[in-house]
Amino acid sequence: MHNKEKHIVIIGGGTAGCVAAGRLAREGYRISLIEKDKKPGGKINNWYQLFPDRRRSVEVTDYINKEIDHPLIDLMTGTELDKVKYKNGKFSISTGKSDLGQADAVLIATGFDLFDATRKEEYGYGIYDNVITSLDLENMFHSGDILTTKEEIPKRVGIVHCVGSRDEKVGNFHCSKVCCVTAVKQAIEIKEHIPDSEVFCFYMDMRMFGPYYEELYRESQEKWVVNYIRGKVSEVSENIEGRLVIKAEDTLLGKPIRMEVDMLVLMVGMQNAKAGLNLQDKFGIQTGVNGFFRIRDNHYGNNLSNVDGLFYAGTCTAPMNITDTISHARAAAVEITEYLSKN
Amino acid sequence: MPFNPFVIPFNIGLYFIILYVVARGVVWFRDLPRTDKLRMQRGFFGRPFILSIKEIFMEGLIHRKIFKVNPVLGYMHMSLAFGWFLLILLGTIEADIFGEKHLNPPYKAIFFRFFNPDHGTAGLAKHYGFLMDLILALILSGLLIAIIKRFWSGIVGMKRTANLKFLDKVALTSLWLIFPSRLLAESFTCGAYGSGSFLTGSLGTALAGFLPAEIMAYPFWWLYSLSLGTFFILLPRTRYMHIPSEMFLIFMRNSGVRIGDQYGSCADVQIHACSSCGICLNVCQLSTSADITNIQAAYFVKGLKREDDVFDIALNCLMCGRCDEACPVGIELGPLRMIHRRAGDPPKDTMSIWSGYLRLRNQNIQDNGESHITAFQYLKPQPVKKGPEVLYFAGCMTHLTPGIPIAMRKIFEAAGIDFDFMDKDGSVCCGRPLTLAGKDREARELIRNNSDAIWRSGAKTLVTSCPICYKIFMESYHLDVEVLHHSQYINRLIEEEKLKLNFLNKSVIYHDPCELGRGSGIYSEPRRVLIHISRLGKSNHEKEDALCCGGSLANLKIDRRKITDIVSDVVEELTLSNPDYLATACPLCKKTFGKADIKAGSEIKDIAEIVAMAIVSEPPEAIELKKRTKLEKVSL
Ligand code: SF4
Ligand code: SF4
Ligand code: SF4
Repeated sequence: MHNKEKHIVIIGGGTAGCVAAGRLAREGYRISLIEKDKKPGGKINNWYQLFPDRRRSVEVTDYINKEIDHPLIDLMTGTELDKVKYKNGKFSISTGKSDLGQADAVLIATGFDLFDATRKEEYGYGIYDNVITSLDLENMFHSGDILTTKEEIPKRVGIVHCVGSRDEKVGNFHCSKVCCVTAVKQAIEIKEHIPDSEVFCFYMDMRMFGPYYEELYRESQEKWVVNYIRGKVSEVSENIEGRLVIKAEDTLLGKPIRMEVDMLVLMVGMQNAKAGLNLQDKFGIQTGVNGFFRIRDNHYGNNLSNVDGLFYAGTCTAPMNITDTISHARAAAVEITEYLSKN
Repeated sequence: MPFNPFVIPFNIGLYFIILYVVARGVVWFRDLPRTDKLRMQRGFFGRPFILSIKEIFMEGLIHRKIFKVNPVLGYMHMSLAFGWFLLILLGTIEADIFGEKHLNPPYKAIFFRFFNPDHGTAGLAKHYGFLMDLILALILSGLLIAIIKRFWSGIVGMKRTANLKFLDKVALTSLWLIFPSRLLAESFTCGAYGSGSFLTGSLGTALAGFLPAEIMAYPFWWLYSLSLGTFFILLPRTRYMHIPSEMFLIFMRNSGVRIGDQYGSCADVQIHACSSCGICLNVCQLSTSADITNIQAAYFVKGLKREDDVFDIALNCLMCGRCDEACPVGIELGPLRMIHRRAGDPPKDTMSIWSGYLRLRNQNIQDNGESHITAFQYLKPQPVKKGPEVLYFAGCMTHLTPGIPIAMRKIFEAAGIDFDFMDKDGSVCCGRPLTLAGKDREARELIRNNSDAIWRSGAKTLVTSCPICYKIFMESYHLDVEVLHHSQYINRLIEEEKLKLNFLNKSVIYHDPCELGRGSGIYSEPRRVLIHISRLGKSNHEKEDALCCGGSLANLKIDRRKITDIVSDVVEELTLSNPDYLATACPLCKKTFGKADIKAGSEIKDIAEIVAMAIVSEPPEAIELKKRTKLEKVSL
């Protein structure tokens, strides 16, 4: 049978879904790419610059858009999956709007959700005006203005690592992997925008896992004089002038700290996306203790699910940066090609 | 006087158990503190005595409370206890009226049929015989349920049945044998003599049709006597000791004796009064949501009876009070656990085989003498503002939910109250978490520091947002200021018309926090506040029956993931009606609820936050809007 007669449904048109779609289309498969938002690209659309080289994220968005520009890809935006039937290794899939017919393989690339910072009420997100998330800060970079709600330029900014990650109190034990380096990147960007500001990062561990991350971290200290304080912020309050008062412990000095800042940025972690979790019952797939989808093997089966013909790509299986997401999506394309050539 | 050797086992057992129970009662009484002795003496000659008789009848025999929880289980307990009681009472009367003389020894009543085999064939005696058969049938029906329950516990609706130890099994077997052997013994005798009523008579006639009834009867009379005797002898070492203990407990309680904070007679009576009914197993969320099934009250009490090391069990509990509330015997399970938390990990004692019979002394808890008080030297006198009308103490937990103190500030300001926010720069802990961990001495240091600050402020009213603080302020601080939880205080402001509120037209389900509801008995004020400003609905778990959020500070052993299991179930259950707000009145509940997946459209709010939204001067939409614009940025 010719590849063209085989049909693959990809759920999620973010980085992973689009990269895999492009690869598979070039192999000659017919692709239905379902995206719930109005345009493809996913979370990266909201980002300003990427670590470690601070390239503008639109460049990656352009790459992704080129990937899916292929006659065999049928991109359906504003669409969500509705019904699934699975029989003899084939899926019958319909969206709310139409019937997609039979699929020979399905790729889940539903990505992640950011941790809802209001759940960590002691940090005051949604309560105090100048507590924002890493995403809010990216939006500010986009707009070019970093201002407090009183329209003033913040002179002192605190950055809190591990918000909603590595925190058993909110039920998330895992490390979100990318927020440490995001904090480093954002600290530098703040200093670039407001050279006379002071920036303090409150961290538990600095996890500089990727190439050039450690270098960026070093640069932030040597060139940009970002302060790193090892210790968890325990609570935040607002004083009469509306400045934020942080209570923390410096675990290296073994001393409690109280510090006033004008703005506090929360490095919100990653969780498996709600939209992805909703597929669980439809496909009969499982999640691990960290809430992400459970892969069949930790070393050589990290695109495989417990259902034959169903594959994963990207951050629905674990926190990843863009580089790893792209690699993971390409690997998924290889797995699917191999699977379809056998079946 | 007619006599037959088969009555000997019964007699030995009976006189043993009577002596034992009296001796035990005397020792229990002797070991009580003097004030409690006086209470009981006074009670004996007053109303408590009459009340106790009534209660023993209603609870010890009829088992009214068990009936309420579970009718089948109630019927089982009632038919066995009340039936047996009637059988003895009416049997004694029967022997007295129809026997050859009055004032017979007990065995004459119990084995009446043996000594009067042809009795009751006509007249009044015949009707009486019918009555006796009816009672026996009642007991046997209850026994049937008991047997089915033991082998298939689903039938009476209990999810779990308490596990038994060896002696309990022997005692249980002898208990089970008592009534069937009586039935067969009586039936054979009746069959041989043509006497007996609808049960023993008919069965007797049928059996006599193909068996030598006269000969068959005798071994069953032996069996009947033996099973009674065995049961009585073993009773002190088995759970059936609960029967006399419960009577003693009822009288104790009605006289005003409470368990206190030390292991003593009262605690000893209470643990022996547990009937292992298992009702506490099914209300415990650790078992229903978190699959922790070895720490519930029934097991804890059983461990205490066996003198096991129960320290870990004592610590692995939410102290939610749901089992206290449910226990039909009224055992003070929370205070009992607290005694063992304070005791710390006890030295392991070797257990003597006599311990079941002769555990007479108070195994009192030694103060281990260690003091960690030097650890509290950092405590400095807190700066206070002199003379505010109201002192507001948010509490450490409330500092983790800043929405609550912000709401309280708005409320104070809207009502024009002269208040001081005592712990605005962080607080000295109220001490309750230490108390719950059994560290009373250490807690004292914190209590002293806070009391001092409260006194110096000269405020008349202390308002707190945290039920955990509220409980310890009420119980262990000896303050001459009025202490109110913010729900009570807000209710007062509304009643005194100091606070003008809009009606919010939101649907609300209220969750009673353990420490505020069951812990402090405050149910109505929060509800009155919410009815005033919203459409307050009802969940399936109101007031005493409220669930625990799962985040209790009191559980020092639980795995965090299990808390998530519990709270997920609780939130699901409470938001069944899709309320706009799931309201609570405790920062810890609020925080814990945040762990669960909240259905879209429902929000968790403290009662103070809802009230703050309703304050007339500030239109509620304004606050809502501010919050929403931020949230929209998150959800991409
Ligand atoms: S990457 Fe850093 S900030 Fe993010 S969860 Fe891991 S340790 Fe925390
Ligand atoms: S503690 Fe109370 S509820 Fe639990 S088994 Fe004993 S008597 Fe029953
Ligand atoms: S207090 Fe609550 S958690 Fe503890 S045993 Fe009783 S019902 Fe279970």
